[in-house]
Amino acid sequence: MNLIELKNVYKQYSNGVTALCDVSIEISKGEFVFVIGKTASGKSTLIKLLYRQEKPSKGGVFVGGINVAKLKNRKVYKLRRKLGIVFQDYKLLPNLTVYENVAFALEIYGLRSDEVRQKVMKALEKVGLKEKFKSYPDQLSGGEQQRVSIARAIVNEPKILICDEPTGNLDPKTSLEIMEIINKINEEGTTVIMATHDKEIVNKYRKRVITIEKGILVSDKEKGGYFNEKD
Amino acid sequence: MKKIRIFFHSIEEAFKSVFRNASLSIASISCIAITLILVAVSVILSYNVNSFTSDIEKDVTIVAFLDKEVTQEQIDEIKTKITNLNNIASIEFQSKQQLIDEMKEENADLENILNQYTEETNPLQDTYLVKVENIETIGKTAEEIENIEGVSIVKYGEGMVEDLVNVFDVVKNITYIVVIGLVLVTAFLISNTIKITIQTRKRQIEIMRLVGASNSFIKIPFFFEGLLLGALGSIIPIIACCYGYMYLYERFNGQLFTPIIKLVNPDLIIFNIIFFVIAIGVVVGALGSYRAVRRYLKI
Ligand SMILES: Nc1ncnc2c1ncn2[C@@H]1O[C@H](COP(=O)(O)OP(=O)(O)OP(=O)(O)O)[C@@H](O)[C@H]1O
Ligand SMILES: [Mg+2]
Repeated sequence: MNLIELKNVYKQYSNGVTALCDVSIEISKGEFVFVIGKTASGKSTLIKLLYRQEKPSKGGVFVGGINVAKLKNRKVYKLRRKLGIVFQDYKLLPNLTVYENVAFALEIYGLRSDEVRQKVMKALEKVGLKEKFKSYPDQLSGGEQQRVSIARAIVNEPKILICDEPTGNLDPKTSLEIMEIINKINEEGTTVIMATHDKEIVNKYRKRVITIEKGILVSDKEKGGYFNEKD
Repeated sequence: MKKIRIFFHSIEEAFKSVFRNASLSIASISCIAITLILVAVSVILSYNVNSFTSDIEKDVTIVAFLDKEVTQEQIDEIKTKITNLNNIASIEFQSKQQLIDEMKEENADLENILNQYTEETNPLQDTYLVKVENIETIGKTAEEIENIEGVSIVKYGEGMVEDLVNVFDVVKNITYIVVIGLVLVTAFLISNTIKITIQTRKRQIEIMRLVGASNSFIKIPFFFEGLLLGALGSIIPIIACCYGYMYLYERFNGQLFTPIIKLVNPDLIIFNIIFFVIAIGVVVGALGSYRAVRRYLKI
């Protein structure tokens, strides 16, 4: 069975904008998928359907065996616990240290403090930020902040990592460093879906590429990239 | 074990939030405190009104004067009839001879005059002294007694007693309404204050949801926060009202203006006051915070 499956998905926002139109995608375990497309093409909408920030207007969205379209508000947390989510703006809490920001994601599990420490330090080590665990977000560079948010996303060892433009605020060199981390996480077995419009990265990594244009899925290629498209 | 850790985590978060949002917390606590002072005053008031009305009730007696020429048989019959009515607490017979004896005892000057009367010439009447269970319907009971054959007149301090009881009833009901109103208003104010603290933690809640926190995990700390604010808000009212009432009681020697109006001994009601104040404080706080988060988590 596919880990992620979208079946004829439509998404129309309440203001009438149709952000996705008859999109069907199948993603199996361990894949790395880029979602690309121009601005306002519907990339973020697609990502939001996966973690049930939005519900599809029509069609089915299945993530890790859960029918996201039918998931009740009260049960959304069950889906979220299977996912790690990374955003362009990091979404860190400024009054918490690096360590606390990562441990924040474990609070809900009621683990012993030594278990928490061990998991947090392991995640921080993976993103190469072990030494700075006592720093506060405003004492870190953008790239470092994004590493913290990745550490938080993977601290509970989710099966799926969802990223919406994780390198959107970063310079090319830092973006590549972040990409390296995400790629490594994928190589260790985590399925990764990443929306981006960073041509350099997409062309360098040669992964599966799904292109969306005005809400319509226009291409889905293994080892794809930005070849002949202008943007 | 995990549940216990999560439980303590919620309590810890509640404490942190109360201290972190100190100014808002103080606003909520003062708001609760004002309500609770009024609640405590009302509770004290209604205990006193209750005790006073039941004191009066104990004293109020219907005096049923029997016809002059009633026989012993009729006297017994009237007793049975009265006893069979509703609302009768007790009944006591007082013969005209007893009455005269009593009057003699009370007043030595009268004794000589009264001694002139014999059993036959005694101008007084035999009476039944009747006490009722519910003083509010004393008028009706008196009327029923008066209708019994052999009873000539009935007296019970008509009007005055009922008016007094009615006034106290009105006082009690107004107190209840005021207390309920205050509780609702305060719960509303608390919920608005907690909403503001939620606003400042909007980002935190958003991230909690993203990393898989259930709604109850997010809600429970706010619930405890409300409880805590309620409990903290009840400290000053309890101290103020308990000591205030004890002081008043000492000062007025346990009575208000006249010995007829006795104050309730503080020792008897202080634990009830504390209980009421804490319970209402905690309920108000919890209700308010529950209302605040419930709205907020509907995404
Ligand atoms: N919450 C919303 N309510 C209404 N319309 C929305 C909402 N979110 C997105 N849209 C609209 O849906 C369309 C697709 O938006 P989306 O954010 O998915 O694009 P995107 O591909 O992520 O763009 P970008 O590359 O700029 O991030 C846009 O026209 C946008 O205005
Ligand atoms: Mg987007």
